[in-house]
Amino acid sequence: MTEHPVPDGETSGPPTSSAAGTGTRLDRWLGSYAERTHGMRSSEIRALFAVANRPEVVSLAGGMPFLEGLPLDILGDLAQRVVATRGLQALQYGSGQGDETLREQILDVMALEGIDAHPDDVVVTTGSQQALDLVTRIFIDPGDVVVAEAPSYVGALGVFRAYQADVVHVPIDADGLIPAALESTLAALARDGRRVKFLYTVPNFHNPAGVSLSVDRRPQVLEIARRYGVLVLEDNPYGLLGFSSDPVPAMRSLDDEGVLYLGSFSKTFAPGYRVGWVVAPHAVREKLVLASESAILCPSNASQIAISTYLSTCDWRGQIKSYREQYRERRDAMVSALTEHLPEASWNVPDGGFYTWVRLPDGLDAKDMLPRAVTARVAYVPGTAFYFDGSGADHMRLSFCYPTPDRIREGVRRLAGVVAGERELVELFGTTGSTGHADVQQPGPDVA
Amino acid sequence: MSTTASSPRVVVLAGGLSHERDVSLRSGRRVADALRSVGVDVSIHDVDADLVPALVQLQPDLVWPLLHGTSGEDGSVRDVVQLLGLRLLGTGPRESRIAWSKPIAKTVAARAGLATPDFVTLPQSLFRELGARQVLDAIVGTLGLPVVVKPSRGGSALGVTLVTSADALPQAMVDCFAYSDTALVERAVSGTEVAVSVVDTGDGPFALPAVEIVTDGPYDFDARYNPGRTEYFTPARLSPELATSVADLAVAAHTAFGLDRLSRTDLIVDADGTPWFLEVNVAPGMTETSLLPQAAEAAGLPLGSLYRALVEASLIH
Repeated sequence: MTEHPVPDGETSGPPTSSAAGTGTRLDRWLGSYAERTHGMRSSEIRALFAVANRPEVVSLAGGMPFLEGLPLDILGDLAQRVVATRGLQALQYGSGQGDETLREQILDVMALEGIDAHPDDVVVTTGSQQALDLVTRIFIDPGDVVVAEAPSYVGALGVFRAYQADVVHVPIDADGLIPAALESTLAALARDGRRVKFLYTVPNFHNPAGVSLSVDRRPQVLEIARRYGVLVLEDNPYGLLGFSSDPVPAMRSLDDEGVLYLGSFSKTFAPGYRVGWVVAPHAVREKLVLASESAILCPSNASQIAISTYLSTCDWRGQIKSYREQYRERRDAMVSALTEHLPEASWNVPDGGFYTWVRLPDGLDAKDMLPRAVTARVAYVPGTAFYFDGSGADHMRLSFCYPTPDRIREGVRRLAGVVAGERELVELFGTTGSTGHADVQQPGPDVA
Repeated sequence: MSTTASSPRVVVLAGGLSHERDVSLRSGRRVADALRSVGVDVSIHDVDADLVPALVQLQPDLVWPLLHGTSGEDGSVRDVVQLLGLRLLGTGPRESRIAWSKPIAKTVAARAGLATPDFVTLPQSLFRELGARQVLDAIVGTLGLPVVVKPSRGGSALGVTLVTSADALPQAMVDCFAYSDTALVERAVSGTEVAVSVVDTGDGPFALPAVEIVTDGPYDFDARYNPGRTEYFTPARLSPELATSVADLAVAAHTAFGLDRLSRTDLIVDADGTPWFLEVNVAPGMTETSLLPQAAEAAGLPLGSLYRALVEASLIH
C-alpha cells in the first residue's frame, strides 16, 4: 500500500511549513482521504490517450463499438416515441432491481447462450461495470484475493484495486483459462491461508487476449472452483459476437448456484445507454439490489425503456449479425495488416469480439514505446494495463472494433514503423525494457 | 484592429497533438474561465484543420496560445497566427523557438551570464554512428553522476529521468528518445527546486514570488498534476538576498530571450546559494496545480485581473 503523504498544512495534522513560507499541497482535504484513495495516480499514459482520440490518430486503443452500423434514424424515432408515449414512466425513478419487462427480455438474450433463469434473478445495472463494482463491494474485504486470468480486463482490475483486493493471475492459452494452473493456484493460496473470494473470468473473446474458454474446459473450471469454495464471476460482454460459430453455452448455464453472470448491451447494441445486468442466486441477488439502491437508487428508466422498446420492435438479432460481419471484416484487416507489416511480432487470431493481443519482439516495452506511437499518430493499449502487478509490457492490445479496415491497415503500418524504431533503440542501448510498471494504468472509459 | 476597450475578443488556443495535449486543454479552460469572469469575450479553439478558417472568420483581437509541447511552443503556431495578421499574447515565434530548445536555451542563458549545469546534447543518430557504450561512458566520465536525462524539447517531465548509476543510463536514454529524437544530458544539481514566473502587464517584466517545489520522489507527471504528492512553498523558503537573486535571474532570462508578457524560469538553488538556470517556458502551465497561477495568487493578484491585464497590455503595445 502506498504510504500516506503528510497532511496538508492547511488541515489538521503536523505543520509542514517553516516560518519562512507556507507550504501547500493544493488539497486541503489531503489528510481526510480513505486509505484506498492514496494509491490513485495521475498517469502520463492517460494523458497520452487524450491525443489518441483525435481524428488524426488511428486509435487501435479504444474498445468502442462501431455505432455507425446502427440504424440511427430508427433509434431516433424510437427515443422520441418512448418519451412521447411513456415519458411519465421513462423520466421517473424506477425499480432498484430494474424494469421488469426488460428483465424478461434479457432472458431471451441470455437464452442464446443456454442460460435458463427467472426475471427475479436479474438485476439491471448501469453498464456491467457497475455490476462489477457491486459484486466486488459485497464480497471483497481489503486483502481478499480475486483470481483472474493473466491478462485481465483493465476495468475490472481497477475495481478490484479500488476495493483493495489482491489479484492473483492464472495463465491462459489458446483455449482460455488453464484448469491445471487454476487448480495449482487455488491450492497454493489455500496452503497460504489466503481467502479467495471469486474467480473473475471473461470466457468469450477475452479482453484483451481475444481467446475463448473451450467448451470442454468450462465444466472443469466450474468443478475446481466448486471444490475450493470459490464463486465464479463470468463477465460476458462479447459472447454473441463470434465470427464463425454459434454462441457456446455460458458457464452460468452449467451452474446456477456457483456463477454470477454479467451481461451487457454495450457491445451488442450501444454503450451510451449504460445498461448491463447481473444474474445471481437469489440470496446474492438480494444483496446486490440493496447495494445498487444505496449506490444509484435505480438504473436509468429512460435507458431501460429505450432498450426494451428496441428489443421488442427492432430486429436486434439481425443487428448482432450485422455487427459480427462488420467486426469480422475488421479482424481480417487487422490480421492481414499484422502479417504484412509486423511479421516479427506474434498474435492470436480472435474468432470474435474486439481485440488482438500482440506479443512484441523480445526486449520491446509497449508502455515505453507509446509516446513514440502517439508521435507517429497511432495508439494502442500497453499490456501493462491488463496485469495487476504491471507486468505484460511485452504485449499490446490492438482493437479492431472501431476503425474502418483501411484505417486499421494504416494504423498497423504506422505501428510497424514505431516498432522498428524502438527495436533499433533497444538494440543500440542493449536494454531489455523497463521493469516494474507497478501501477494499473487505467485508460479512460472510451479506451477500456 | 477593432475597438477593444470594453470587451476584447480573445481566442485561446488549447489542445494540439503534442504529448501534453491534456495539460494544454486544462490550461486553456482555466485561463478562459478566469478571463470570462472579468468580462472578456473568450473562446477556446483546438489546433486542427478548422483553426485557420475559424481565426479568419472570427478576426479576434488577440490570440493566446496555451499550447504545451510541439507546435505550441516551438513557434510554428505562433508563426501562423502572425501570418494571418492577428495579434499574439506572449512571445513571438522566433524567440519561442529558441526557448523551446533546452540546449539552445541553456547556451543563450550561459552567454547572458547565467549559471547553468554542464550538459551535452545528443541526437539518437549519433549513438548509432559512434556506438552507444562509448558515448555513454564518455558522458559519465565528463559529467559524472548523477545526471538528468531529458528530451531536448518538451515539458511536464515527460521522458525525464534522474540517473544515479551508470547502469541506469541506457534505459533512461531509451525512455527519453520515446519523446524526442534528441536528448539533453545534464549534470544533476541538488538543492532547492524553484520556479519563478515573470509577467509584464505593460510596465516592464517583473517577477512573481518564487515557488519552491518539494516532492517525495521526482517531480514527475503525477507529482505535477495529482495534488498531494508535491508540497509548494510560495514564496520559496529562501533568504531575502537569494529571493531577490532568483527574481533578478528570471527577469534577466525573460529579457535575454526576448520574451513577451509571461514566462516561467525553472531553477535549482544549490547549497552554496548559486541559482542554476534549467529552462525557460514561453507557455507555462496554467492548470489548477501549475506554478504561475500559484505565484500570482501568492502575490495577491487575482488570476482574472492578471490575465485581463496581460490581454489589455498586449492590445496596446
